[in-house]
Amino acid sequence: MQDTLAHLKRGEDAIITDVSSIHIPLKLLEMGCLPGNSVKLVQVAPFQDPMYLNINGSHLAIRKETAAHILIEKVTNE
Amino acid sequence: MSKQINVALIGNPNTGKTSVFNALTGLNQKVGNYPGITVEKKEGVCKLPRGVKAHIIDLPGTYSLNASSLDESVVIELLLNQNNKDFPDIAVVVTDVENLKRNLLIFTQIKDLQIPTILVINMADRMSYKGISLDIEHLEKELQTKIALVSTRKKQGIDELKQLISNYKDVSVKPCLDIASIDVTYFENLKKTFPNQLMYKLWLVITQDVNFGKVDRNEVDAVADFKTKTNADLKRLQQKETIKRYQFINNVLKVGQTIDVTQAKDLRTKFDRILTHKFWGYIIFFAILLLIFQAIYDWATVPMDFIDASFASLSEWLANLLPDGAFTSLLTEGIIPGLGGIVIFIPQIAFLFLFISILEESGYMSRVVFLMDRVMRRFGLSGKSVVPLISGTACAIPAIMATRNIESWKERLITILVTPFTTCSARLPVYLIIIALVIPEGRFLGLSYQALTLMLLYLIGFGTAVISAYILNKVLQIKSKSFFVVEMPNYKLPLFKNVVLTVVEKTKAFVFGAGKIILAISIVLWFLASYGPGEQFNNAEEIVKTQFASQNLSDEELQNKITSHKLEHSFIGITGRAIEPVIRPLGYDWKIGIAIVSSFAAREVFVGTLATIYSVGSDDEETIKNRMAGEVNPILGGPLFNFASGISLLLFYAFAMQCMSTLAVVKRETNSWKWPSLQLALMSSFAYIVALIAFQLLK
Repeated sequence: MQDTLAHLKRGEDAIITDVSSIHIPLKLLEMGCLPGNSVKLVQVAPFQDPMYLNINGSHLAIRKETAAHILIEKVTNE
Repeated sequence: MSKQINVALIGNPNTGKTSVFNALTGLNQKVGNYPGITVEKKEGVCKLPRGVKAHIIDLPGTYSLNASSLDESVVIELLLNQNNKDFPDIAVVVTDVENLKRNLLIFTQIKDLQIPTILVINMADRMSYKGISLDIEHLEKELQTKIALVSTRKKQGIDELKQLISNYKDVSVKPCLDIASIDVTYFENLKKTFPNQLMYKLWLVITQDVNFGKVDRNEVDAVADFKTKTNADLKRLQQKETIKRYQFINNVLKVGQTIDVTQAKDLRTKFDRILTHKFWGYIIFFAILLLIFQAIYDWATVPMDFIDASFASLSEWLANLLPDGAFTSLLTEGIIPGLGGIVIFIPQIAFLFLFISILEESGYMSRVVFLMDRVMRRFGLSGKSVVPLISGTACAIPAIMATRNIESWKERLITILVTPFTTCSARLPVYLIIIALVIPEGRFLGLSYQALTLMLLYLIGFGTAVISAYILNKVLQIKSKSFFVVEMPNYKLPLFKNVVLTVVEKTKAFVFGAGKIILAISIVLWFLASYGPGEQFNNAEEIVKTQFASQNLSDEELQNKITSHKLEHSFIGITGRAIEPVIRPLGYDWKIGIAIVSSFAAREVFVGTLATIYSVGSDDEETIKNRMAGEVNPILGGPLFNFASGISLLLFYAFAMQCMSTLAVVKRETNSWKWPSLQLALMSSFAYIVALIAFQLLK
């Protein structure tokens, strides 16, 4: 199964691969959450929700339920 | 007459748009009617070179022309309606140099509406700090616009911007994106059906519900000779459009912007590590809340006492100066105390907005939203509900207006419905006087009983708000997409000018908006209390004199007896005794009843009404208090204000919906009488039942 943004842990880097789910608000795309952009988890609130993200320089907070619809590919650095 | 051009300031939130507005207009600005029209509109006037005047509108911050909240739809409605008197001759899109890519999205959309558009790149002073360099010439050419590099903090670039605005006719109106490219067949058909319309404009109309001239959504869908797209299809096309716009922007910025990451300094990570921390983040937030409460309820008392005293002496001075008569007494007993009742809240309101605007300007508020979202969601609220609930401790009116940025209608509605439970500053005078009367002095763990009672009342307010939100969330069958996207802006030092202007503007709005109602009520009250029908009222003096002839009362005592006899038989007294049966089970007499009825307009009227009813000339709280302490319960005997009736009153005020201005704002914000009526009925009957139980248990 493919990774979603909800699985991202702090310190991990990933690339957004797909945002075509109907459950993703257009506003999120407009704020820079687009395929090909890099994403990093900055901070999480208790229970991993909401998630504070850095998407290609845009800093956003979204709920985990939304994050679960955003497909990503983790980038292994080192 | 000099000609005037309409300028609309547009941009993402957190780009310093309001700073640009303030820099352009200075004090020449006003905020649209409050309460009244549907939307808060900030406008101002700016003098441009060569004697041209610009009328500038600061539109609510929006990320795109595809609205997802009420604030955002205002922008689209204006830009789609050429007949609007505020329709801009030129749009000024404000962007933040650090977020240029994202901020340019709305720029491309405005350009596609073929409105002349100038680009402001704000916070230019941070470029070197972030290692950013821009090729302005290239950007101007590719984006087909004029660019002003502005730093409101350093006061740079404003004159250049004014120059550009005055030359608005030279600005190109060439679009950035050919909207038809996202679905060629669809748009070809559209073009055939509406040959004279701008395609992007039609597209905006199709994709959102905006009232706009003759071409409304239904007409487009019905007349067009092609299969109507499903909502999902439309959304997919919007996604495609967004991706295309970003492709365009990326291509422009590839050459136009270089960022040397090694030069960038990053303070936000350090701040965020603490301020959004799972544990320390909450500790800091509650510490800030405590500080705000301390300021509102402690520091504000100094100017409040001063205002109170000033109005009392103004009344007295006028009473001595003017000849006796109806007009003088209307002025000194009706209008001036009424005005005083409004003005006295200025320090608290000002303090509250001072803190809120600092928290917002600094970028901290978004962190609070982030921290609280999960907790609030359990109760059917959103992280964004925290701001209204905090503001509600000053006044529910601005608090309810602050719900506009909550995207989910259900979460927004619940927030609006429960906000009036939070202890607003108007309840404070009522609480203070009753607590002083019925709660014994003495300490528990070093805290006075009276202070603890007050704190408890605040907790009851918040608790009730949250619990009723939980119930409403279960009961209300509203399907509304709940989504939550919050930008976490960079931390910034608040600009002094912005903070001061916000405080002044909000305070003015409170005084003139809510004030009008309070003033009107106090005049009506005065009339009802000063006049009455029949013998008992008109011959009060004779009747009282004969009644007490044997008792050798001093002049002053006699005068007091006459006043209260008159009051008992005035219009208000008659009304009061008519409602007495309803409130007697709560432990109140008709005088408290009148105070409650009159405070349905505004809670703080309670103390003023009792002051009038207990025939004490001055508004001095100590005298009212002594007088109230001396009142005897007509049926049960013993003091009227005892522990049982006091607690019952406190609880009644904690829960009852007694604020016409709030109801008016709720009506406006929900666009229906259903919700304010529901609020009034449910809150007030709940208050009655709780107060009844409390009195019957405690008496």
